[in-house]
Amino acid sequence: MNMISKFIESLKSFLIEIGELSYFTGKFFVEVFKRPFEFKEFIRQCYYMGNRSLLLVGVTGFIIGLVFTLQSRPTLEEFGAASWIPSMVSVSLIREIGPIITALICAGRIGSGIGAELGSMRVTEQIDAMEVSGTNPYKYLVVTRVLATTLMLPLLVFFGDVIGIYGSYLVENLKADVSLTLYINQVINILEFSDVIPSTIKSFFFGFAIGIVGCFKGYNCKKGTAGVGKAANEAVVFISMLLFIIDFIAVFVTNIFYDL
Amino acid sequence: MMQKKNIKPIIEVKDLHKSYGTNHVLDGFHLDLYEGENLVVMGKSGSGKSVMIKCLIGLEQPDSGSIIIMDKNMNDIHREDLDEIRTEVGFLFQGSALYDSMSVRENLEFPLRRHTKKFGVIEDTTPLVMEALENVGLENTINLMPNELSGGMKRRIALARTLILKPKIILYDEPTTGLDPITSKEIIMLMKSIQEKYKTSSIIITHDIDCARVIANRMILLIDGINYAEGTFAELSASKDPKIEAFFK
Repeated sequence: MNMISKFIESLKSFLIEIGELSYFTGKFFVEVFKRPFEFKEFIRQCYYMGNRSLLLVGVTGFIIGLVFTLQSRPTLEEFGAASWIPSMVSVSLIREIGPIITALICAGRIGSGIGAELGSMRVTEQIDAMEVSGTNPYKYLVVTRVLATTLMLPLLVFFGDVIGIYGSYLVENLKADVSLTLYINQVINILEFSDVIPSTIKSFFFGFAIGIVGCFKGYNCKKGTAGVGKAANEAVVFISMLLFIIDFIAVFVTNIFYDL
Repeated sequence: MMQKKNIKPIIEVKDLHKSYGTNHVLDGFHLDLYEGENLVVMGKSGSGKSVMIKCLIGLEQPDSGSIIIMDKNMNDIHREDLDEIRTEVGFLFQGSALYDSMSVRENLEFPLRRHTKKFGVIEDTTPLVMEALENVGLENTINLMPNELSGGMKRRIALARTLILKPKIILYDEPTTGLDPITSKEIIMLMKSIQEKYKTSSIIITHDIDCARVIANRMILLIDGINYAEGTFAELSASKDPKIEAFFK
């Protein structure tokens, strides 16, 4: 009985949170079109988020490209299909691995950062100070950050993909003496718009999810300084879960279009 | 005590109620603030002083009761009107609430840039920023970040940020809490000099008896969510009521 009531309580609070997040997201679409536009803060956030994640995304992309090629080469060689490596790596990276891995990195890096930053602003009354100074803190803090993550994530994904493909080329060059021109030609020959467009659209949604959930957790942070850590932590967990759900929906929808 | 019967208050609070679950923080609180007056509200920790002051500026919503600030009823006010009221009502937060990611200059410019209605579009904010910093005696901190300032300096900068909009009313939420006695005294004297210079009206939430002695024209003791006692510092400090005496011992 106790367990059932606990489960019901958790379910209730989860549903309440989903409702609050929906309201918070709805408010974004209302505020984003209202003046004044905080353009300077938006640019600052874009620079900050892109710059802060560039190295990590680059290194991760490079290692993934490298490892992916190293791991798949022996098996493909057995079947005499080693020449398919550039095609396989580029399609996998661009369609799936690049967007999801970059988004997960950014969830940890940017999502938790936003959660902690806004959470700390909430508990130290900085958000209230903005409110009483006649500024709309939602517009200044949330709208700018969500727009920045939505715009920056596809760019980071593109950057990660390019570095990943370069990592793969390095392995191919060392193992099979493949030239860069040949490698890139093979990549370009296999890639189609139907590979690039859905993954780019998906990346925008990933970026939006990272921004909105990070802001939601931080903006509604309670319970003093302990709440800041909790907000950052919950932001990462919630975003990661949401990314896989979005990914599943995106793949499902893309497949419907492929079938048509 | 000054006779205020024929003067209209600039802040009028009537029958204010606010509860958190079963905890009735405010239970019919009322106050009037008149022009040029320093009104001190005292009460124990957790007595609802900060909640009350946050209700005044719209950071908390009261359950019932009316708040009228400069003839505007806060219960049915639009966002634009509320922002306009907020340019006339400054708020000094207990923890200063300076924006961590901005320098002192940017902290002071922040409200200025957003109130073009009151000041017009200001091309060069430096003179206004410098004036506000001179008022608090910290002109040389203009390019520092908040983490490079001491607690007392932060409180002064927060006061400068409040002053930059030239408000008619200033709400102070425990302005001396967490400061050493000397810095507290400096902040109190600064508040007094600002009041004399700009003729502002103030509501000061505090449990610092020295602060109340120096600055209060009138005092309200907030106990159990109601106005337990009102009067000047001299009147209240002479009271024999044990609950009132406890504050002045």
